[in-house]
Amino acid sequence: MLSLNKKDFGLLLVVAILTLAAPIILNPFPANSGMAQFNAGYPDLMQRFVIFGIFAIGFNILFGLTGYLSFGHAAFLGVGSYSAVWMMKLLSMNVIPAILLSVIVAGLFSVVIGYVSLRRSGIYFSILTLAFAQMSFNLAYSVLTPITNGETGLQISLSDPRILDGANAPSYPNLFGAQMNSAATVELGNWIFTFSVGYYLCAVIMLAAFYISIRVFRSPFGMMLRAVKSNQQRMNYTGLNTKPYTLAAFVISGMYAGLAGGLLASMDPLAGAERMQWTASGEVVLMTILGGAGTLLGPVLGAGFIKYFENIFSKINDNVLHGWFSFMPDGFEDFLVTVIHPFVGKGWNLTLGLLFMLVVIFLPGGLVEGGQRFGRVFRRKDRNAGSVEADAAKQRNQTAAE
Amino acid sequence: MAILEVKNVGKRFGGLQALSDVNLSVAENSVHAIIGPNGAGKSTLLNCLVGKLIPDTGSVMFDGQSVLGRKPYEINQMGISRVFQTPEIFGDLSVQENMLIPCFAKRDGSFQMNALTSVTSQRDILDKAEEMLVEMKLADKRHMHAASMSRGDKRRLEIAMCLSQNPRLLLLDEPTAGMARADTNNTIDLLKQIKEERDITIAIIEHDMHVVFSLAERITVLAQGTPLVEDTPDKIKGHPKVREAYLGESQDAA
Repeated sequence: MLSLNKKDFGLLLVVAILTLAAPIILNPFPANSGMAQFNAGYPDLMQRFVIFGIFAIGFNILFGLTGYLSFGHAAFLGVGSYSAVWMMKLLSMNVIPAILLSVIVAGLFSVVIGYVSLRRSGIYFSILTLAFAQMSFNLAYSVLTPITNGETGLQISLSDPRILDGANAPSYPNLFGAQMNSAATVELGNWIFTFSVGYYLCAVIMLAAFYISIRVFRSPFGMMLRAVKSNQQRMNYTGLNTKPYTLAAFVISGMYAGLAGGLLASMDPLAGAERMQWTASGEVVLMTILGGAGTLLGPVLGAGFIKYFENIFSKINDNVLHGWFSFMPDGFEDFLVTVIHPFVGKGWNLTLGLLFMLVVIFLPGGLVEGGQRFGRVFRRKDRNAGSVEADAAKQRNQTAAE
Repeated sequence: MAILEVKNVGKRFGGLQALSDVNLSVAENSVHAIIGPNGAGKSTLLNCLVGKLIPDTGSVMFDGQSVLGRKPYEINQMGISRVFQTPEIFGDLSVQENMLIPCFAKRDGSFQMNALTSVTSQRDILDKAEEMLVEMKLADKRHMHAASMSRGDKRRLEIAMCLSQNPRLLLLDEPTAGMARADTNNTIDLLKQIKEERDITIAIIEHDMHVVFSLAERITVLAQGTPLVEDTPDKIKGHPKVREAYLGESQDAA
């Protein structure tokens, strides 16, 4: 199906179902219950899940396959956002030209940065990309103000020319009239589900991006990229110049980042320089490693995980904690709140950092490896002990024969 | 006819003259061994042939064309394949994938942006790789992680990867270093078989006299960066200069 083998098609299908049903799945708690703050099924957050999912999928094509760790991918995200907003200012509020331009500009930009940075590998490559990204960030803040609108950030305004839009065209980013912020709300008893145009546009694009990444992983090109990661020396002595391969991977991942940037701007038509800052570049590295670098699903999981933390965990403040522990004696309640306080609310970064450390130490393959181990435990229970021993014996014999 | 012509090659590392005035000519379709004690400059010479090092003086001609100043991948494209002292394979990939990489690589090394074709749809290339795996007796290990194979199998795979590109000259850098006796003998048999079945020139650098005398048709002895003597194996065995420089210490092995 779709030129994928059974396993990959199954994976794509599962991701598609989860993504399309996300407004329901992510809202498991009734709206008026105490747990409602853990609901993630509102458009703004779900859009972030899938947009940063796209960003991480693209980053994984570079980092997961070739092993080149770029610390400057946020530059392409930012460039994509700026291009998208400019397109909406000049041409039309329709998001299609905006997204197309953001991909193209980010692609061109990544050709230049990639061409220079890929002259080096390892830590020097990382430093070069970081330097380029910081340079872009600082330029966007200072001398490029006419293009980027400096600290204020680039915004749309009523006086923009928008030459393709007629007099009655919507003044908010839209897809042929359907505004990105328009949504249908469905109430089922105490549950409220929101289905927004913006989210579904992002979700469909993310699925397309995920599909392309599966194809890249299973292609001869993807195999070459893994070979580059494994042994550049052997690549050279096989008559292959590795540079075009790494540059192609860099540009593809740059275009993915540009696409994510363009979508961010389409959902909320403003672009600021902070999108290019090194913390944003670091975030996508975290997402990919946390989910599982070099795996298909990992980056998407990592992106969702981090964005959930950033938006949900950060909302648990002292008042919420007091509410949870109010059944306890006064002194004990205050004590518990004091202990937990640094880990939640503004301290969500601390929890995320600890989790990241745990994953890197105990699950070097990321959340995906965690899932695989979990699955293996269950499969082992199904099998009876005899067959496990038979397998072990078979393996021993094989080793002996060698 | 000589396929590889090395003339007056010299290489200096700081205060050390690693190679001086090396002349060597490897005849087409022969097996030529280069031997010498530790530090004689064997590996330096080999690195000069494949473009990893650029000699200070002299010339290296392959099939009438100079290889100097070309990058390793360009030299490979001319038809020179190299097998390393420690097998250089793609350790993170499966044995089958290892075999597929050189099969996918075009002879001219051209970049292919085939990101949307599936590996499994390339029947002819899969067949080519499979054929090579069967020939090299690696077929039953095709799904194994390449890094987890034994030294002998890794060497076999590396040679298979080189051969799948039909090189005209195969350079082997101590192909049996660190191998058990059985693996060494297997490798010797493998190389003999390769030589019989193909039009290929083999240049081999080796420490192990057993390997050298089982395979080589001509031997060059290198000592302190210069060729001492070049002759057939029988003559080398009894050569007084060679005994003095090298074989004197390891007569048992010879």
